[in-house]
Amino acid sequence: MVKKSYVLVCGGSACEASKADAIYESFKKVLEDEGLKNDVQVVKTGCFGFCEKGPIVKILPEEEFYVEVKPEDAEEIVHETIIKGRPVPRLLYKDKDAKVDPKADKFDMSKIGFYQKQFRIVLRNCGFIDPENIDEYIARDGYQALEKAITQLGPDGIINEMKTSGLRGRGGAGFPTWIKWNTTKGVTAPQKYVVCNADEGDPGAYMDRSTLEGDPHSVLEAMTIAGYCVGASKGIIYIRAEYPLAIKRLEVAMAQSREYGLLGDDILGTGFNFDIEIRLGAGAFVCGEETALLRSIEGNRGMPTPKPPFPAVEGLWHCPTVINNVETYANVPVIILKGGEWFKSIGTEKSPGTKVFALTGKINNSGLVEVPMGTTLREIIYDIGGGIRNGRAFKAVQTGGPSGGVITTENLDTGIDFDALAKIGSMMGSGGMIVMSDEDCIVDVVKFYMTFCVDESCGKCSPCRIGTRKLLDYLTKISKGNGTMEDLDKMTEIGMAMKKAALCGLGQTAANPVLSTMRYFKDEYIQHVKDKKCIAGKCVDLIRYEIDPAKCIGCTLCSKRCPAGAITGEKKMPHKIDQSKCVKCGECYKGCKFGAISKI
Amino acid sequence: METVKIKIDGIPVEVAAGTTILNAAKKAGVKIPTLCAHPDLEPWGACGICVVKTENQMGVSPRLVRACTTKVTEGFNYITHDPEIQSIRKTVVNLILSNHPQECLTCGRNQQCELQRLAEEFSIREIAFPSNVRRVPKDNSTPSIVLDATKCIQCGRCAQVCQQLQGVWALEFIHRGENTRIAPVADSTLNESPCIKCGQCAAHCPVGAIYENDETDKFFAAARNPELHIAVQMAPAVRVALGEAFGMEPGSIVTGKIYAALRRLGAKAVFDTNFSADLTIMEEGSEFVKRFTTGGVLPQLTSCCPAWTNYMEEYYPDMIPNFSTAKSPMMMQGAVTKTYYAEQKGIDPAKIYSVAIMPCTAKKHEIERDDNMHASGYPDVDLVLTTRELARMIKMAGIDFANLPEEKADSPIGAYTGAATIFGVTGGVMEAAIRTAYKLVTNEELADVNITPVRGMEGVKSAEVDIKGTKVRVAVAHGLANVKAVLDEVRALREAGKPQKYDFIEVMACRGGCIAGGGQPYGTDDDLRAKRTAGIYKDDEKCTLRRSHENPEIIEIYEKYLGAPLSEKSHHLLHTTYEKVKTYKAL
Repeated sequence: MVKKSYVLVCGGSACEASKADAIYESFKKVLEDEGLKNDVQVVKTGCFGFCEKGPIVKILPEEEFYVEVKPEDAEEIVHETIIKGRPVPRLLYKDKDAKVDPKADKFDMSKIGFYQKQFRIVLRNCGFIDPENIDEYIARDGYQALEKAITQLGPDGIINEMKTSGLRGRGGAGFPTWIKWNTTKGVTAPQKYVVCNADEGDPGAYMDRSTLEGDPHSVLEAMTIAGYCVGASKGIIYIRAEYPLAIKRLEVAMAQSREYGLLGDDILGTGFNFDIEIRLGAGAFVCGEETALLRSIEGNRGMPTPKPPFPAVEGLWHCPTVINNVETYANVPVIILKGGEWFKSIGTEKSPGTKVFALTGKINNSGLVEVPMGTTLREIIYDIGGGIRNGRAFKAVQTGGPSGGVITTENLDTGIDFDALAKIGSMMGSGGMIVMSDEDCIVDVVKFYMTFCVDESCGKCSPCRIGTRKLLDYLTKISKGNGTMEDLDKMTEIGMAMKKAALCGLGQTAANPVLSTMRYFKDEYIQHVKDKKCIAGKCVDLIRYEIDPAKCIGCTLCSKRCPAGAITGEKKMPHKIDQSKCVKCGECYKGCKFGAISKI
Repeated sequence: METVKIKIDGIPVEVAAGTTILNAAKKAGVKIPTLCAHPDLEPWGACGICVVKTENQMGVSPRLVRACTTKVTEGFNYITHDPEIQSIRKTVVNLILSNHPQECLTCGRNQQCELQRLAEEFSIREIAFPSNVRRVPKDNSTPSIVLDATKCIQCGRCAQVCQQLQGVWALEFIHRGENTRIAPVADSTLNESPCIKCGQCAAHCPVGAIYENDETDKFFAAARNPELHIAVQMAPAVRVALGEAFGMEPGSIVTGKIYAALRRLGAKAVFDTNFSADLTIMEEGSEFVKRFTTGGVLPQLTSCCPAWTNYMEEYYPDMIPNFSTAKSPMMMQGAVTKTYYAEQKGIDPAKIYSVAIMPCTAKKHEIERDDNMHASGYPDVDLVLTTRELARMIKMAGIDFANLPEEKADSPIGAYTGAATIFGVTGGVMEAAIRTAYKLVTNEELADVNITPVRGMEGVKSAEVDIKGTKVRVAVAHGLANVKAVLDEVRALREAGKPQKYDFIEVMACRGGCIAGGGQPYGTDDDLRAKRTAGIYKDDEKCTLRRSHENPEIIEIYEKYLGAPLSEKSHHLLHTTYEKVKTYKAL
């Protein structure tokens, strides 16, 4: 029986964490109670991207887009939208710029500012299909690219399309994908491998996770195409064990593909054999570095090894190995199907296509966004992201995760692609984008990244292992108000040595947050060093709370809230803060109803 | 051979394809500073000191590459030194120093430390960054080596040696980031790990993080005790290496000077382990002939190397029936010192303090292996000192070693033949055994005593020896990782019930043999091994007697005391037993 309506419940990790499972079950139950279970299908989809407003529920064919849905809302949605065909206004997304008229009879999701400037290639199926059902992937042209690649293009044709497309690796370095494939293709070897790097580890980044959760087949299809192209019979997906949902969906997808003859022996009856296995990583950030990843698969300690030899020539178990990340692969079926020329028409000349970003930080609409290369930061932050949270001023955006750099107001109109970001001292990285407002302190933010790098350095090469620790020590010293101007020079010296002498990409870029903020926010460092001031008020050692005796009425609230017993005073008499006991938690400041406490 | 034409700082050189920038630079006469690289090991690229720039048609590389791991590319010019590179290297040295304890004065590697040398070369007068040293307790769990991870610079050499050259896997990196450190497997102690005490980690450590357990004080304490009769023996490999510590050419034979120095240090009797190397040949050679002629378990495996014995007991205990029961020369020497020598001279063996100067750290462990090491009723050897410890003692005692007049060893257990002295190199035990086995089997002397197929640095060597029509098939392996393949083959043939390929196999744990042992002067690489080896063969050729059974003192000890090889007395004093040892003792 053909279903008449669909309830699409977001099944991404973020929405699942907000009870998407219960919402799904709740819809099932309500529909069953109403006798509609055969007319309406409830689908758990991949991530819609609009995580800020999750959990998301979309109703088809009405196209109603409900945000922040709770399990108990299912009943009202079924009664109103599915049975009566009208929206539930309180659950509709309200765009602050009111571009979307909730009263219009047809609700167009693409009119939401968050989606308006997006262009989805990688995330094309996320939010549309049930990732655990191969038929839905096939219904949206799935596995047609594989068939075309094998039956029409052949290995050279695939390389040609990839070359024409200009696709560059989305893992961060932006190396042309076709060169990797062509190199491996050109090496004669009894065994070759195709590896998928799904060891996404940047703080705040979840592009690859969402892709695998929402559209696992796109990656499987692309790896199979790569395997056919280079002459490999084995594929390995290296994914961190912290991604259980993605792992589960991959396993389901692989089983279905094998059943359909799209994976395993004699794929599509062409005699081509290719199968994929999953290897779980233990969560070391450095294992996202390709040589460390390969060493980890081999069962060794995840430590980078020097390049050359490049994996394309000598990779896994010394065999030629194509290694690309999830997002790169997800582009491949579309390129093969629609052609390299079509792909090249999107984005910028040197960086064709789109890029997925995980937009987080002090932004109104955090979530997963996919935009054509060349989109400006202003568009991403203000049009898609809806501007800075709480009406604060924009300060900077960090791209490229802990390896990237900051971009400031002066470069907000830079169209972002691999080269433009590198030029302004940051990097594309895998796509983490953390927005900072004037409430963020640069020293504090960089300290956070450096703490991450100190823990996540593999410990092999001295510039990275020791350099990150020294940088963190200097940053800590500066944030405590003990820094000197000489320390700033030392930080630059260490940062430059790391950039030039560290062994792998992690170490070579770990100092980027320092180097880039020293370039754009030197004044803020100097304020910490010379004036012993943190204007954002984040460096606790540089701030102090004081009670204005003229304004204090002696209500005693502050002394009750103080966890350190630092505030004393008689009732109805002005209170006093003992600075030696104060832990700078700010509880008194937040609690005072008379504006008597100031932060200095 | 395919070659590549490149330039090093503009100097044209032609090198074999696949040569690293580091080695190509050596050919151009340019020295690139290194810290983690070691000629014995695969380059690993950890320290970041050897970075250079590449220059080609595309311009100068923005990123520096590691000269140790990067292979040269046709037509490139490599810039190895310029102010920027030097400054980056200096920063990296400063970073390493800031993470390293400033304890040079009391460090085992003082004045021989590769990091210290870099600090000197880079004119570092003050460490640029504040120090933060992570203190890790010392691992004193073995009598052989001390692991002081506080001083470790994470170069990885020890782990590479332990895993790749020795196949032991006792050492590994643990933890991540700044907490990364070298530790016995699974953070156990060295004694609980599979460590075989060979000391190759100590020999390869560029700093003072792994070193021999220093027991020099024990010698001096014994020397101050008028009751004690100190009897010292010295292993073959020591005589061609100790001179290096006194500025002499590697391979210089300083046997007589060492005898003299030992007497000045307080030894009452100076013997030579070479005497017992000859004794070993009599016992082990006879054991082989017996096995070979009466259908005993073959191949027979040599047993002189204690690190190899430890390895066998842990990893190949099924080879125990193949193992020669003969003790190592050092233990034989200890046993006859406190029995035969004591009786001959009328000395109370309880008053004899038996000291052995060895190129080896495993020897410190061997003396307490089991009760068989107390065959005399006392500890047969009381103290083992490595070549490095002896060098320090000589310096401490103010002995002008280079100008010391040569002296002779004491009778009746001090004389040796050329066959004994070659025990110090790979293939030597086999060669010495063949020289005597020929006599034992045929009762005739082997005409040419130079058995060249068993000499040399190849990891596994094999030869077929013709003993008057009887073929004896022998193999020689050194560097324990090479031994594995040989033993796996022996095991596979045995399990398949097929005939064995070899009759007699010699094994030495260290690459090159004892001349490159874990207790030898620092800086061992293949060049140094070749020089010390040349010294050993020169010592052999200098000897008028080059077959163990010709040693007059050997003939005498059998006549006066032991009777014959494999006699009951020999068995009691000179032979031992083995047992399976747990590999991971903490589990």
